[in-house]
Amino acid sequence: MLGLKFDKTKCSDCKPVSCLVKCQYMDLDRDRARIEWQKIVNGEDSFVLEACTTCYACEEYCPLGNHPFYLIVERQEEKGILPSPRPIITMWINQCEPVGRFMVGMVQEKALSFCFLPAFNLLVGGKLFEDIAWSSIFGQEFFCNAVYLHYARMSVIKERLPRIIENIEKQGIKELVCLHDECYGTFTSLAPAYGIEVPFKPVHYYEYLYDKLKEYKDVIKQLNVKVAYQRNCSVRLAPDTDHFVDDIFGLIGVDRVEREYDRENALCCAEVIRMAKGYELADDLQKRNIDDMVKAGADYCVFNCPACWDSLAEKVARRGIKPIHMIEICKLAIGEKPALEV
Amino acid sequence: MSDIYEALVEIVGKDYVSNQKEERYFYGRDPGLMKPHEPDYVVMPRTTEEIQEIVRLANKEKTPVVPKGAGLSLTGLVIPQKGGIVLDMKRMERILELNEKARYVIVEGGTTHGVLKSYLQKHYPSLRHSMPDSPPIATVVANAVIHGQGRLTQQRGFNSDMVSGLEVVLPTGEICRIGSCSVSPYWFSKGPPLPDLTGLFLGWFGTTGIITKLGLKLYPCKKIRDVMLFLTDRAELVPDIMLKLGHTEMMEDIVVSTQPIPLRFKGNFFILVFMTGDSDEEIEFKRKMAWDTLWEYFDSRDGGFVSITPDMKTPMMAMPSKDTTRFADVRKGGGFEYSGPIAPVEKYPDFVKKLEELASNYNLSYASAARVIDGGHCMMFSFSYTFNRADPDEMDRAKKALDEAAEFSLDQGGVIWKPNIDEQKMMMARMDPNTLRLMGKIKELLDPNGIMNPGNWEAK
Ligand SMILES: Cc1cc2nc3c(=O)[nH]c(=O)nc-3n(C[C@H](O)[C@H](O)[C@H](O)COP(=O)(O)OP(=O)(O)OC[C@H]3O[C@@H](n4cnc5c(N)ncnc54)[C@H](O)[C@@H]3O)c2cc1C
Ligand code: SF4
Ligand code: SF4
Repeated sequence: MLGLKFDKTKCSDCKPVSCLVKCQYMDLDRDRARIEWQKIVNGEDSFVLEACTTCYACEEYCPLGNHPFYLIVERQEEKGILPSPRPIITMWINQCEPVGRFMVGMVQEKALSFCFLPAFNLLVGGKLFEDIAWSSIFGQEFFCNAVYLHYARMSVIKERLPRIIENIEKQGIKELVCLHDECYGTFTSLAPAYGIEVPFKPVHYYEYLYDKLKEYKDVIKQLNVKVAYQRNCSVRLAPDTDHFVDDIFGLIGVDRVEREYDRENALCCAEVIRMAKGYELADDLQKRNIDDMVKAGADYCVFNCPACWDSLAEKVARRGIKPIHMIEICKLAIGEKPALEV
Repeated sequence: MSDIYEALVEIVGKDYVSNQKEERYFYGRDPGLMKPHEPDYVVMPRTTEEIQEIVRLANKEKTPVVPKGAGLSLTGLVIPQKGGIVLDMKRMERILELNEKARYVIVEGGTTHGVLKSYLQKHYPSLRHSMPDSPPIATVVANAVIHGQGRLTQQRGFNSDMVSGLEVVLPTGEICRIGSCSVSPYWFSKGPPLPDLTGLFLGWFGTTGIITKLGLKLYPCKKIRDVMLFLTDRAELVPDIMLKLGHTEMMEDIVVSTQPIPLRFKGNFFILVFMTGDSDEEIEFKRKMAWDTLWEYFDSRDGGFVSITPDMKTPMMAMPSKDTTRFADVRKGGGFEYSGPIAPVEKYPDFVKKLEELASNYNLSYASAARVIDGGHCMMFSFSYTFNRADPDEMDRAKKALDEAAEFSLDQGGVIWKPNIDEQKMMMARMDPNTLRLMGKIKELLDPNGIMNPGNWEAK
């Protein structure tokens, strides 16, 4: 069985215990955080395991890359803790089960991963993808499975991920542009944390877009708009990609508004939290997040993840802010029309 | 050419009568499992008067008459068991009157649910009717005749409870008005304060007369509709979940489905909770009520609401639901039938167990959708099995499974909905003998020559 590369000693030497101190859902001072964290490390019961909303953020908060969230997920599973109701977990596990149905385009060595998100069929198009759109993979066979981090099912990830990676490799793919950054996080953080080899180069689509936009530098029209960025949960697995947001915005003349809930302090879309903890917390998070966007004077809300789009786009639009996916704001800048609408 | 054929041509014109092989083949069967039996003639009348004449002719010739809507009731109710004339009501499809203030509409005997829905959407967007999930060609009258259920059944009862008056051609040819319209120009009540005579026609499968007009109650069509999806993996919790949701008196419709494929459905009961409102606040409030009322299951982790994406929502919200029709052809070859007992909601877990047991014993694809009726007084539970019509063995297995499901439902205290002729016999065998005798007397009184849809409800 694959084991998590987790270094206990890093934690015993850790002064800030940022993983829990910075947690937005628990109010823990350093001493309490240390005590609770040690319990988790030692495999003892801790209220944290129940209280965790599975927001992924502690993966980013840990300055030493020690994978606190993956350990939490392991412990939740060991102890039979159900972060969401059991039937919801069952549904998720069933619906993404690889069933031997390969949905692929004309795959080349460089390919796009649509993950298991049909929205990319709409988003991928136009000049930014003109020489790659048809080289794509989609569906359960290529689904990164990181979502089970929300459901205390590391065992499912460990069982399926090697198969998924093998499926991708078998397509002859050498470079995989991950359109869903959860896939990118899986291949660059989750897989290495379990010693799973990734025999192709994962590329975050932000990097891809940035490079493409540079090719179109001459046609780019500065958008001169204020944008609130909806930073999603899986960014926490690969926070080093965040600079691309600023790089892209710099190229297309977009002002990423300063607001309370961005960057490390971002709030997720809250739909998983709704299923896990109920509507009150989820409604509150969404309200605070959108109020913050409004307060910051954003014209647009830029989404990274199609799932965030599904949960927030309409709500954002009702508050007078235009929702737009990152791919589409890049399209706008080169004079193309967005395809995804509320 | 026979005398009857000529006489029918005389009544409706030659374009609307056939005794040709092709039509007789087509009108001799339905998509279900009952044995085909061909009619001698197919007629498509346009007016009540034409129907009157056809009925008089049939009495004279002692030939059966079988009214037919879309033929989608699936249990052979429109198969002319003893030949005769099939009366295809398709041409009588007008919407005759709509009273906006008294909220009812009068439709003809063959008007379809699809036509009524689009008419209301176009001309009276603030009014709606209770749309069943059958394909939109299903007729309003036939759906009421078989006591169908639709989107408003959870709140308002069977679709037949929403009838507000009838015009009927009796088996002896007289035209008769039933309800307030028998004494008033208004069609606002099917019975009260008069004796409710609709019971002589609704539920009788066309054996006591042909309904040529039907008044149907309309209800407010709120500006917003929404749906929530609650999952549980414990069948034994479903009855209480249904009742708790019903208790809120806020849900438009509650439908529980279970099926093993696609994989997403496996191992869970999918409870669709529909709601309507005139403002976001109203919807939000109802959504919270649904959550709060089921909170204990969420707390125990036995159930929970799943966040649904807009692309999942669109098919769920469709009226009629296309998913049911899609499932109906999952085995290809167009074979689909379900036994749909009406039973107390507490029977849900036993019925599910039987549904799965029969599917496994007979190696069949299965699905079930159960709809809560009238806040929870009862439910319709479907034992649905699909089959390929080109596979006689699979058809045979499906028939056996459905027969067993029917016996089982009766043993459990259920009553079979839209029963085929065999199931009618099963029920009559268990019926209070005096009730059965009363049914027999009514039938004899109304249809002395026994010409109307013979083979059905033969309460002798
Ligand atoms: C995929 C699918 C989903 C379905 N979902 C639903 C659902 O959600 N709710 C529901 O209620 N049903 C449902 N059904 C069952 C059925 O299709 C409907 O109830 C439908 O409304 C029946 O109407 P019809 O016009 O097809 O009736 P038919 O089968 O044509 O007729 C039914 C009975 O009415 C009699 N009849 C017809 N016209 C007259 C008349 N003018 N006067 C007197 N008697 C008459 C016929 O002789 C027959 O006995 C479904 C069926 C399918 C295939
Ligand atoms: S997981 Fe990271 S932040 Fe938390 S105690 Fe260990 S080293 Fe420190
Ligand atoms: S995943 Fe989020 S909620 Fe859970 S402990 Fe980490 S930071 Fe806190």
